[in-house]
Amino acid sequence: MAFRIGTSNSKCKKVGGNQKICVLIVDDDRATRRIHSALLNKFGVETQVAENGKEAVDLYRSGASFDLVIMDMEMPVMDGPTATQELRRMGVNSMIVGVTSRGQDSEKQAFMRAGLDDCHVKPLNSNTIASLLQQVNKNH
Amino acid sequence: MDVIVQLQAQFVEYTTSLYREGFLDDQFTQLQKLQDESNPDFVVEVVRLFFEDSEKLLNNLATALQQQCVDYKQVDAHVHQFKGSSSSIGAQRVKNVCVAFRNYCEEKNLEGCLRCLQQAKHEYYLMKSKLETLFRLEQEILAAGGSVPMMT
Repeated sequence: MAFRIGTSNSKCKKVGGNQKICVLIVDDDRATRRIHSALLNKFGVETQVAENGKEAVDLYRSGASFDLVIMDMEMPVMDGPTATQELRRMGVNSMIVGVTSRGQDSEKQAFMRAGLDDCHVKPLNSNTIASLLQQVNKNH
Repeated sequence: MDVIVQLQAQFVEYTTSLYREGFLDDQFTQLQKLQDESNPDFVVEVVRLFFEDSEKLLNNLATALQQQCVDYKQVDAHVHQFKGSSSSIGAQRVKNVCVAFRNYCEEKNLEGCLRCLQQAKHEYYLMKSKLETLFRLEQEILAAGGSVPMMT
């Protein structure tokens, strides 16, 4: 995993041996961003938020790097599937987990095909977060 | 001390009724579990965000449904967002209205959509009033020197 320092707009800067897990929460809903941040912070993880897929892509383009991206499916400006495809096209190999309030399997599968590592119904709960962070820790 | 015990009992009874009557579901309990010393006003903060965004969404929905040529895709997008945000705070009855609302969007049924919008507004403002009462009870308990009972 490449760590880059410098001109990034990310507040999750990885410097030297700092191994703290850093998560990007991408969601257009303010309440959901707040809830997911609080859930992750409880696990001692650093978080940053983006309001839509374009902001997430721009963060990576600016040199930011995250261990985990929690990507909402439906967002204005750039949706989750489009942002995920773009990130993978850019060579981003961070773990990207989709979240959606759409329960249908067909919609989740379509989102998965965009390049996700996993997909869950939102809002996430503590158990799901714990399981995701376990997977991130294995890769860390 | 009696006052605190009375207020706490009132709080427990009121909260229980909100779950029993379907205003709140387990997601609200999950929010309360995230509140702690480092985040003492977490639930109120998140609910306030929900209130602000919901009122904008309801206005957007009303505007969208008043158009000469209704864009049902746009209406559905707003309803989807409302459903998502109401789920995130455990506003069960609001979320359930959104489910029905989305079906009418898919059918491009204007009358159904307008009816659902009225229902969504009704359920939202009712729930808002109930939550504001709940938060007021919490403040009364704290002002009296007591602690707010944790619902499990």
